[in-house]
Amino acid sequence: MTSSDSSAITPKTVAEHGLSSTEFERIKEILGRAPNLVELGIFSVMWSEHCSYKSSRRHLAKFPTKAPWVVQGPGENAGVVDIGDGQVVVFKMESHNHPSYIEPYQGAATGVGGIMRDIFTMGARPVAVLDALRFGEPRHPKTRHLISGVVAGIGGYGNCVGVPTVGGECTFHASFNGNILVNAMCVGIAHADKVFYARAAGVGNPVVYVGAKTGRDGIHGATMASAEFTDETEAKRPTVQVGDPFTEKLLIEACLELMARDCIVAIQDMGAAGLTSSSFEMAASGGTGIEMDLDQVPLRETGMTAYEIMLSESQERMLIVLKAGHEDEARAIFEKWELDFATVGHVTDTGRMVLRMGGEVVADLPVAPVSGASPVYDRPTLPSPKLLPIMGVTGAPPMDVREAALKLLGSPDIASKRWLYEQYDHLVRGDTVQRPGGDAAVVRVDGSKKGLALTTDCTPRYCEADPFQGGMQAVAEAWRNLIAVGARPLAITNCLNFGNPERPRIMGQLVACIEGMAEACRVLDFPVVSGNVSLYNETDGRPIQPTPNVGGVGLIDDLARMTGLALPGEGFVILMVGESAGWLGASLYMREVMGREEGAPPPVDLTYEKRNGLFVQGLIHDGLVAAVHDIADGGLTIAIAEMCLAGGIGATLEVPDDATSPQGWLFGEEQGRYVLAVKPEQVANLRSRGNEAGVLVREIGRSGGDALNLGGHVPISLDEMRRVHEAFLPDLMQAA
Amino acid sequence: MRAAIITFPGSNREVDLARALEAATGHRPLSVWHKESELPDLDLIALPGGFSYGDYLRCGAVAARSPIMTEIARQAGRGVAVIGICNGFQILTEAGLLPGVLMRNKGLAFLCKPVTLEVATRQSVFTSGYEAGQEVVFPVAHHDGNYTIDAEGQKRLEDEDRVAFRYKGELNGSVGRIAGILSTGRNVLGLMPHPEDATEPLQGSIDGKPLFASLAAALG
Repeated sequence: MTSSDSSAITPKTVAEHGLSSTEFERIKEILGRAPNLVELGIFSVMWSEHCSYKSSRRHLAKFPTKAPWVVQGPGENAGVVDIGDGQVVVFKMESHNHPSYIEPYQGAATGVGGIMRDIFTMGARPVAVLDALRFGEPRHPKTRHLISGVVAGIGGYGNCVGVPTVGGECTFHASFNGNILVNAMCVGIAHADKVFYARAAGVGNPVVYVGAKTGRDGIHGATMASAEFTDETEAKRPTVQVGDPFTEKLLIEACLELMARDCIVAIQDMGAAGLTSSSFEMAASGGTGIEMDLDQVPLRETGMTAYEIMLSESQERMLIVLKAGHEDEARAIFEKWELDFATVGHVTDTGRMVLRMGGEVVADLPVAPVSGASPVYDRPTLPSPKLLPIMGVTGAPPMDVREAALKLLGSPDIASKRWLYEQYDHLVRGDTVQRPGGDAAVVRVDGSKKGLALTTDCTPRYCEADPFQGGMQAVAEAWRNLIAVGARPLAITNCLNFGNPERPRIMGQLVACIEGMAEACRVLDFPVVSGNVSLYNETDGRPIQPTPNVGGVGLIDDLARMTGLALPGEGFVILMVGESAGWLGASLYMREVMGREEGAPPPVDLTYEKRNGLFVQGLIHDGLVAAVHDIADGGLTIAIAEMCLAGGIGATLEVPDDATSPQGWLFGEEQGRYVLAVKPEQVANLRSRGNEAGVLVREIGRSGGDALNLGGHVPISLDEMRRVHEAFLPDLMQAA
Repeated sequence: MRAAIITFPGSNREVDLARALEAATGHRPLSVWHKESELPDLDLIALPGGFSYGDYLRCGAVAARSPIMTEIARQAGRGVAVIGICNGFQILTEAGLLPGVLMRNKGLAFLCKPVTLEVATRQSVFTSGYEAGQEVVFPVAHHDGNYTIDAEGQKRLEDEDRVAFRYKGELNGSVGRIAGILSTGRNVLGLMPHPEDATEPLQGSIDGKPLFASLAAALG
């Protein structure tokens, strides 16, 4: 069978390409004939869930995407937001879940490489990477192997390319045992008048291929990412791509050098679905056509077919439409950086993608229907059952307050992630001014006093217990973390990780999370500018906890006003902004101490969240606070313990007499709260500012000593806290 | 002071180094591509950190054969100051301008964190701004910083007062906790930690500043 022969397309071939029979009929309708194998392959990747968002698209439209500071919202390689002084920040988050489970090192490495390309494709110099990681239970037999591979892969790639890995998350839950999540976010900075888009234009302009050669790796990666896992998935290891960070580094430098000239009409990285998606997307956004001669594509292996060339997901490749006449200038730059450069085609006005190989037309497809007319599904949804609130602990708690605090400090989700981030170069470029371990990382904008505050957030257990509230919480927590370091929250990217959308309960989770996130984005003026959806995160029918990871970006106008969480010294008064009611439903206390995953998550009151956040922002702006930390996992106690550990100083906390349950007050996870450390002489002023703003500010303790005193309980020394907090990952990874 | 920073394919801390040099001297250092084979009159040649050639063969081994290295060896022979930081140090050992070799860290993992060092000698243009024995904090960021040399070589380094920096505690398995060494002429320094990322309060340490200040003072 030759690849341009359509007679051999059987229903089995169609099914193997992940297309339904209805979708195949639609293809025949579009073409007025049956597709050949090359064309079928192209449809299968372009119409895969991964590339077409066919299950989520109608719901993604609910996100607010505009604000005066948004330059480019969703639909391009990455979102673009104005940061003043003629500069923009460019960012996006993307998943590499399935490849990372099958081959953790290469899966995670190429995830980092792919998201970096989305950023420098737009003309931005990548300045930071963050990674949101979700693993299975620590004691699950595969977990250690997966952690070690993923961490080495992220480090191996990011360290070599020279982009600091400055933050992220790493949490654990049994629902990820067979399907981990590896979401990588990249942030870049560009000149506002030098942002590049993927819109092919100018009939006759050359289409140029640059970067690494094309091999057989990663064929059908996008289709794999759109199917559930089974026991046979391991056999798909050859569909995982292999990363080459050295080539990526050269590609960044070469592309940025070319972008400084006036040569480029459009540029697009070859990510999922490689040459296919890059060429179709550029032609579709430009409303043009492209003709390519596949014999000109630089190949790593001999005997590759048109089908393999079009579907390869070899890494570190870009497709560029140059202004005619600039080929030699561009070629010289790529030759300097020792990268392949080949003119593979030109722009046409036919609206068709015509591919030739060996003198023969191997595919001839209309661009618009392939990229734009993929089926859009309105899948049925089923709401998650409403759970009851749980306030405080009734009856005798299983352990006292001291023990519970230590148990939480050493629990997998809260324990220090130092073991991991010390394997990442988080300092290269010399602009990392707030390192991993705080509320948000802060990266200085080179040559200025401005800083970008960066965070990734989501609480999957909340999203499972109540998808709408969980969706709101993910956005609110990102917003709060940016506020806590002294930033003005600007916008978010997101990566929506869910199970099989063909199941109504899962589809219900997806829709409710999106609606919750959209609501929070609207109220907090925190629009969505880019994102990615990863569905079918299930293994043998067991879905992951819904995990809509949010990547938040904020701006600090003057780094002199940046705040951190470390207690600065003795004798500072500790204040809490917001109130504790003792909300333990879906909390870490409930899971780690009570041993139960029960109850409704803490509700998010967006008006209250915004009022408290803007109040704290005002205090930071006026230089009135010495340390700030948001209250999240593990509640007030863990927030203060983290402030003590970061500052190397103890604290004494008074548990109020009116608290109905001390456990609820100490470990409850009510939203919209902050802990502040202030000088004693500022307390009266802060209280009156709180009264004016309608914000509750309560004095709860003082810094000092070398232990954490929780009410009348036996103090916990800093050393003991540090030992417990630092032990989890090293112990897990060294276990025989 | 006229300084040049050599860029190899895969260098990635040239920005940090240029910033630190410019802050100390008031002049932006010249940027030189590794394929050049001649250098103008210079006071300082700097080889930055990074992953030249992806560290694919052996760290620094390919870069050590770049055309510019012959010229650097010639200039170093004439007494021009040469500093190689991290990958730059690896390149200098591979090029034979400094003795020993940087092996994989003992713990086998990449390490990025602030470390405390001891200034082991102030007898060089790089370290004259410190007190002998002074403790300083520079960050490290390396996978292959385990300095290895035979006993005779180590003895020679110690006897000739050519250990420039020493890790305060055990870090990566380096012989004698050696973090940085000088050439016999004392005009070539190689070190694994990054003084260039410890020159501003926002970076968490300013202990790297005296190194660049000493250079600026000594080389004019």
